[in-house]
Amino acid sequence: MKYVIIGNSAAGVSAVEGIRSVDKEGEIVLISDEPFAAYGRPLISYYLLGATDRSRMNYRPADFYEKNKVQTMFGVRAERIDPDAHTVCFGGGNTTEYDKLLFATGSRAFVPPMSGIESVPERFTFMTMQDALDLEEALSPEKEVLIIGAGLIGLKCMEGILARVKGVAVVDLAPRILPSVLDAEAAAIVQRELEARGVQFLLSDSVARFDGKTAHLQSGRTCAFDILVVAVGVRPNVELVREAGGTVARGIVTDECQRTDLPDVFAAGDCTESMDVSSGTRRILALLPNACAQGFCAGVVMAGGERAPEPAIPLNAVGFFGSHILTAGSYEGECIAETYPDRCRRLFVKDGKLKGFILVNEPERAGIYTALIRRGTPLAELDEALLCKAPCLAAFSEKARAEMLAREV
Amino acid sequence: MKRIYVNEKWCLGCHLCEYECAFAATGLDDMVKALKGRPIHPKIRVEDAGEVHFAVNCRQCKDPVCVRRCISGALTKGEDGVVRIDREKCVGCLTCVLVCPYGAVMPAPDGHAAMKCQLCTDNVCGEPNCVRHCPNQAIVFEERA
Amino acid sequence: MEMYISPEYEVVRDHDRCIACRVCERQCANGVHTFDADSGRMVADSAKCVNCHRCVCLCPTHALKIVKSEDTYKHNANWDNRTINEIYKQANSGGVLLSSMGNPNPYPIFWDKLLINASQVTNPSIDPLREPMETRLWLGKRSAKVERDARGKLKNTLAPQLRLEVPILFSAMSYGSISYNAHESLARAAEELGTYYNTGEGGLHRDFYRFPNTIVQVASGRFGVFKDYLEHAAAIEIKMGQGAKPGIGGHLPGAKITEDVAETRMIPQGSDAISPAPHHDIYSIEDLRQLVCSLKEATDYKKPVIVKVAAVHNAAAIASGIARSGADIIAIDGFRGGTGAAPTRIRDNVGIPIELALAQVDQRLREEGIRDEVSIIAGGSIRSSADVVKAIALGADACYIGTAALLALGCHLCRSCQSGLCNWGIATQRPDLVKRLNPDIGYKRLVNLVTAWKHEIEEMMGGMGINSIEALRGNRLMLRGIGLNDRELGLLGVRYAGENM
Repeated sequence: MKYVIIGNSAAGVSAVEGIRSVDKEGEIVLISDEPFAAYGRPLISYYLLGATDRSRMNYRPADFYEKNKVQTMFGVRAERIDPDAHTVCFGGGNTTEYDKLLFATGSRAFVPPMSGIESVPERFTFMTMQDALDLEEALSPEKEVLIIGAGLIGLKCMEGILARVKGVAVVDLAPRILPSVLDAEAAAIVQRELEARGVQFLLSDSVARFDGKTAHLQSGRTCAFDILVVAVGVRPNVELVREAGGTVARGIVTDECQRTDLPDVFAAGDCTESMDVSSGTRRILALLPNACAQGFCAGVVMAGGERAPEPAIPLNAVGFFGSHILTAGSYEGECIAETYPDRCRRLFVKDGKLKGFILVNEPERAGIYTALIRRGTPLAELDEALLCKAPCLAAFSEKARAEMLAREV
Repeated sequence: MKRIYVNEKWCLGCHLCEYECAFAATGLDDMVKALKGRPIHPKIRVEDAGEVHFAVNCRQCKDPVCVRRCISGALTKGEDGVVRIDREKCVGCLTCVLVCPYGAVMPAPDGHAAMKCQLCTDNVCGEPNCVRHCPNQAIVFEERA
Repeated sequence: MEMYISPEYEVVRDHDRCIACRVCERQCANGVHTFDADSGRMVADSAKCVNCHRCVCLCPTHALKIVKSEDTYKHNANWDNRTINEIYKQANSGGVLLSSMGNPNPYPIFWDKLLINASQVTNPSIDPLREPMETRLWLGKRSAKVERDARGKLKNTLAPQLRLEVPILFSAMSYGSISYNAHESLARAAEELGTYYNTGEGGLHRDFYRFPNTIVQVASGRFGVFKDYLEHAAAIEIKMGQGAKPGIGGHLPGAKITEDVAETRMIPQGSDAISPAPHHDIYSIEDLRQLVCSLKEATDYKKPVIVKVAAVHNAAAIASGIARSGADIIAIDGFRGGTGAAPTRIRDNVGIPIELALAQVDQRLREEGIRDEVSIIAGGSIRSSADVVKAIALGADACYIGTAALLALGCHLCRSCQSGLCNWGIATQRPDLVKRLNPDIGYKRLVNLVTAWKHEIEEMMGGMGINSIEALRGNRLMLRGIGLNDRELGLLGVRYAGENM
């Protein structure tokens, strides 16, 4: 059996582990256009912050590929696949055959057309190690940085560089920061915290045009800067599948075991759509934990094993300068909230089930909530009042607790 | 493998395990010197709810969700089955805290990493100190199915 | 106005060692320890302390000790502090003083005035690690008549016997006076040790029907006595008296009659369980015989019947009567025996030492030629394997241990059982306290204790050149007295240390 995996990040690496949990011998070829061993993608901001370094960023131990008998092709770009011939084509006319193929191609930074952007001398995206290295070279204490996008990528970038530049301004069309992660109340807490550290937010606004080192905003304000970081979002890398005739909607469409509608072709991670059980909708959950779970599942299934697919939900663990924001699920239904100036606990309950939560600076034991969302546990089976005060196992029945604590899990 | 199990029926809620855990982590041989005047940060936590008490620490899951979700590769499951965290690699994002269904991974007190029970394989005790000092065998270290 | 009585003991905390973990606070049912948030320090109210040492034992930094208070009234050999305080308490309350566990007063302890022999030169001692050493024995009537069937074969006419692997049984402690978990510990330990535990007068919880080694008690209150109770017994004990409180009955307050206890005792929940002082159907040996025979009839003559009496002045004559009543075993309980609650004056002043009673009973039954009609169990403060050896040499077949067993379970003899707030989970029915005694631990500690004693008994027997416990029974030549007067030596039937045979 020959497995070919395109992509060497969380989904690809997890797929290797998934395959090897079933098939110890089959040939595995791993193709990546990045010239590095796998690293934790979200670590690039921690890298700039100095919280980690390149030697510690490897996602798996140095002997991972060797131990798992993986033939790596780093710095190689897959250009086309032929699903009938079961081949992957690279530049230069080289091909490799596969019995099972996995797309773990992830996503790429999206730079929308913006008037005058080509006049900006130092402009970056913030997605890959190379992006971080390029940006790092441009950083200096006298420079002002403008970041477009107050989402996860933009703000983690801001955290990574704030201490290394003169100032950072963040502009976003949305009226609040982290619009896809937080609701207004929680966002306000985090925004206050960041503003106190000197970050300037230009919200409900966008760049009308660039003029060299000046951004003219829709509101009429102008913003002078030295470095521009565009972090407005990502787009899934779906082209190879689409060209080969596979179904692509927002992302590559798969069944719950990550099979695409092309024979023997699988897809996992940020390039795919998945079913968000917390909202009941199909969406791209471009999150490392999700990529990991899908990659592992795909690997097991590719190798002929069985694995119950894990229900996917949005999960975010993010923090800035020591603060911690943990969120999961979707924010629909009744909100049970405890909000303080510097922290909050916001639970979203619908149809007697926990659907989502936002915890700002209250991280302890959040996983208990996450499991409730993932499993769709009816709150009636629990001591809801106790649970709303803090995540705890005391809220479960004695029997349920014994299942968790008194046996192998 | 041998794991720590909690016998809720016998847990008295005395919280000794928390102190023994914190003590073990210091590597000192005198609890007074180790803990006097300092807040403790144990990796086992006792929940008290009226007459119900029980301790919770890492279950050393067969298929640990924290390991698979870790963004930095800091969490690993060793060949001995123990789930360990590499403090050097951990960046403290707390994804593991977000996904552990038992609430058994916690932020380390310095705020820069997560921490969890490693069955005292990471200190001089050798065997879990909470188990050794539980006065009522409410925490046991044994093989179970 | 109530007279203030200064606490007898003080809680002393070494603040240099205390880490304010609050384990002491969580473990004290009497509310002695509290955390003072203002100072960040633990504080203790000694007035509430019963000196059970739970906090001392669980304190992880050993920062606590309990010391005798130095507060004292003007020294008076006649009116000592305790005597004066008891007057104050009674003047405050108008009530009878209650106490628990055994008589703590400094009466002579004859065990400590008896010394055991050992072989030298002429009759060699035996090494129990290399040679067989028999501690197994049977309790029951041994006066079987020789009868033959039509074909001339011997008929088995031996009365039912109790087989013990060690000459030690756990004495009667009722479910109600002690906890379920304490009972389970005793039952499981007895089973593993090859001996017996005793229900006391509290009935037998259904969960314990599975144990084959239960001695059930029939006492004056008849609590829990019914068909199943007798059928699940290895032996039946008629309790006529108890060493700690001869001549009076028992009183388990309603607060301890929880749902489970009530069902087991077959009385309404929350009602006081009062055992009358006498059995209202027993006013003579003949009456006793009727009860013995009734119980035997009810159990098809398959179970030995024990009659338990307190050691009192006419113990020997009473025992003689019991031996003639049809009972298989006599249990004699000395005045230092324990109790879950007794009036202090009774506990401290009524009855006689087991050593003297036992020697006299054995002597009397031998003289009357009826020693083989009954086995004798001695109880009432057997504190060590040496006490067991001495008791057997004085004439006992086996010994009951109660207080020693409770100590093994964690009891620290604070003598506050009557409060129902036992911090060790023994003498309590409060669920949060009961769970402090995990029977998995408790039973193992009991097994350890008795196993250790068994080894020591074997060592002492071997030293005497005796390889069977039954050969030691009544062998008073193996004992010598020390610090005893002639009268005491005579009553005990032993010679003075240094005297030859």
